[in-house]
Amino acid sequence: MIVSTLPRRLAVVIVVAVIVAFLSIKLNAFRDYQIAEVAYEVTAVAGLTVLTGLSGQISLGHGAFMAIGGYTTALILLHLNWPFIAALLIAAVVTAAAGAVVGVAAARLRGPYLAGATLMLGVALPAVAYAYPATFGGDQGLNVVFTTPAFLGANFPLTRWQAWVGAAVALVTLLLLANLCYSRIGRNWRAVRDDDVAAALDGINVALARIRAFVVSATCAGVAGSLLAVITALVAPGAYTLTLSIALLTAAVIGGLGSLPGALWGSLLIILVPTYASDVATSHGLSSSVGSNIPVAAYGVILILVMLAFPQGIQGGLRRLVALFAGPMNRENEPVATPEHSEKEGSS
Amino acid sequence: MNRRHRFRLSAVVAVSTAAAFTLAACSSSSSPSATGTTGATGTASAGSSTAPLTASAPGITATTITIGSHQPLTGPAAPGYSEIAPASAAYFAYVNAHGGVYGRDIDYKYLDDAYNPTQTATVVRQLVLQDNVYAIFDGLGTPTHLAVESFLNAQKVPDVFVASGCDCWDQPTTDPETFGWQLDYIREGKILGQYIAQHFKGKKVGYFYQDDEFGMDGVKGLDYEIPSSMVVSRQSYVDTNVNVAPQVAALRASGAQVVVSFSIPAFTALLKLTSLKLGFSPTLVVSNVGSDPITLSGLLESFAKQGGATVNGNSLTDGMITDSYAPSLGDASNSWIALFKKVHAQYDAKAPFDGNVLYGMGVAYTFVQAMLKAGRNPTRADLVNAINGGLQQGPLVAPYAYSMTDHDGVTGAYIGVINNGALTPEGPVLTTDTSATGAITSYTGTQPTAPASGIPAP
Repeated sequence: MIVSTLPRRLAVVIVVAVIVAFLSIKLNAFRDYQIAEVAYEVTAVAGLTVLTGLSGQISLGHGAFMAIGGYTTALILLHLNWPFIAALLIAAVVTAAAGAVVGVAAARLRGPYLAGATLMLGVALPAVAYAYPATFGGDQGLNVVFTTPAFLGANFPLTRWQAWVGAAVALVTLLLLANLCYSRIGRNWRAVRDDDVAAALDGINVALARIRAFVVSATCAGVAGSLLAVITALVAPGAYTLTLSIALLTAAVIGGLGSLPGALWGSLLIILVPTYASDVATSHGLSSSVGSNIPVAAYGVILILVMLAFPQGIQGGLRRLVALFAGPMNRENEPVATPEHSEKEGSS
Repeated sequence: MNRRHRFRLSAVVAVSTAAAFTLAACSSSSSPSATGTTGATGTASAGSSTAPLTASAPGITATTITIGSHQPLTGPAAPGYSEIAPASAAYFAYVNAHGGVYGRDIDYKYLDDAYNPTQTATVVRQLVLQDNVYAIFDGLGTPTHLAVESFLNAQKVPDVFVASGCDCWDQPTTDPETFGWQLDYIREGKILGQYIAQHFKGKKVGYFYQDDEFGMDGVKGLDYEIPSSMVVSRQSYVDTNVNVAPQVAALRASGAQVVVSFSIPAFTALLKLTSLKLGFSPTLVVSNVGSDPITLSGLLESFAKQGGATVNGNSLTDGMITDSYAPSLGDASNSWIALFKKVHAQYDAKAPFDGNVLYGMGVAYTFVQAMLKAGRNPTRADLVNAINGGLQQGPLVAPYAYSMTDHDGVTGAYIGVINNGALTPEGPVLTTDTSATGAITSYTGTQPTAPASGIPAP
């Protein structure tokens, strides 16, 4: 199994990469920009879905880690002029360190207390930018210069390059996460999530497993923040509000907690629904006071519908549908046990 | 086990294929917006030239000019400011119904950015890259518009009449596409500062300002005119934190007798209510953007209601000193007020006729003026060149600064006092520049009257 999964995942990654490349050339520049947006979103959501779905910890403050990644990238690009890949890696290292610090605290907290602590982080950290306007540019933030490399020619659209960079980073992150989840570390996370006492009795270092999950998850958020910075060419505290943290969690839940394909589903919804809804609202000539609230309303309706129809998220719903069509001979594979068991992707 | 893995592979492929369809489906749905085209299609052919109308630039067809904007339709800056874009759309509808711009209809597509710079980045890219707008018009807000200024200039999209008085729009060498319109905050700070220095000699002055280019430009102008010995406290706020009690307490403790506020309307109201709560009643001098009496009165009443109190909004704004670069709303003899009132009654009657509506119509008039000057079949550069060549004074009380080397908008304002929900002008129109030493002088010219047709002459 270990021999066969990696090539399989690589094949999936290559297929998705080819589809993204095809789409980015076929679609208009704004759709390219949205592909890049989906890429940063899925990177962050994948990290969060691993944290919450696999290790059983909640974070309402992932926007803060994205802010750390974004500002690190912006400061490096602004002052040191290093290539983006270097800035991205340093942003990952810095957020990993921040994740470790928060993780140590998080390992001691559970449930609502952990939610409260991470919520505070998410609300408070972006305010640092206001406290040191000379370094972080205050409310209006820092501009990030990100251009297409010279070898692609002068006429290569920037948004297509952003889509490629974003998709590449997101796919590599997803590949690494997928491998990690099915390694010993991932199994330990699931053991800790299901019963930490039993896990400890089995010789698993519960605190270490929890901290590791936080570090991995924060790193993903940091990488996503770095992508967001170069995609919007800006880092500003207004980008990393509580709304962002909640939106990430929403995407993870809608997609299906603990599922990496689910992270992609959730991200697609979060990015595409507001634009689509506002297009519909304006093209039907609704008054602006109604039209401007349509995206928010659509978002709420979709959240409710998905949760009603697929309590396990979109990916859980798909899995159920596939199992239904696969016929009764495969019944034993259908997740029919307790909810905790059915969300355990890869319990095989 | 093997089946499961095959399943996972196929699931991922299915997901990505479906993603492909979703994206493809969305990209075909960019149907044109109906906003702002409520009027009849252009029938009259304006001008003497009979050259056929062509698709001379992105966003321009033989029948339409599509322009876009980012506006705070929801979020902290929405109260008051969300009326501006519908008012502009109302004026465009009026123009469209009366022959359009050389026969073309203006299609004004404004999207909500909730006053969040990251959302601004997204919606402006949607307008430019997908909807192919000819220009970005009246993008609202300092922190928000700064997020897209360099993008628009890199794309060579005219970025006209930004709805913010930041001096940062006046950078013709680095940002040649960007133009301000309203009085910039440095000039405004100087005009308010001189008034304070002259009328409140020897009094203690406190500053209350938004912690960004908007507030800091205003403070810069104030400091040019108010001796630093008079200033006893400088307090700033961020628009995401509605608790201004610490700032107000500090102002009160400093013994300030006059408080100058460079704030958006919601925060002017919060300043007033928090002062009231703390038993602090200084003379308030408020920047134009945060002092529209009708907006303020509504905000004061609704904020007080949320806190379980009942106040009379109009009596709370009484005595507030401010400045205005547009004619007073109550001035029935002013031809511009009469014109915009007429358009308002016909196309935008649901909104109150307040300073925001006047603003939206005034800036829309200026855009039509610039488009007519740009010619029958304008390129994007033609619009920029037209404004660089200077625009005639119109709905505002002072002339514009526009030239090749100056992209600031209007250059002066008059001081006024709010009485019973209306602005009473006090003193002449004062004009000045943005330098520390530039003199503040009384404007001797007179404002031209509005054209009878309501549409600028080409």
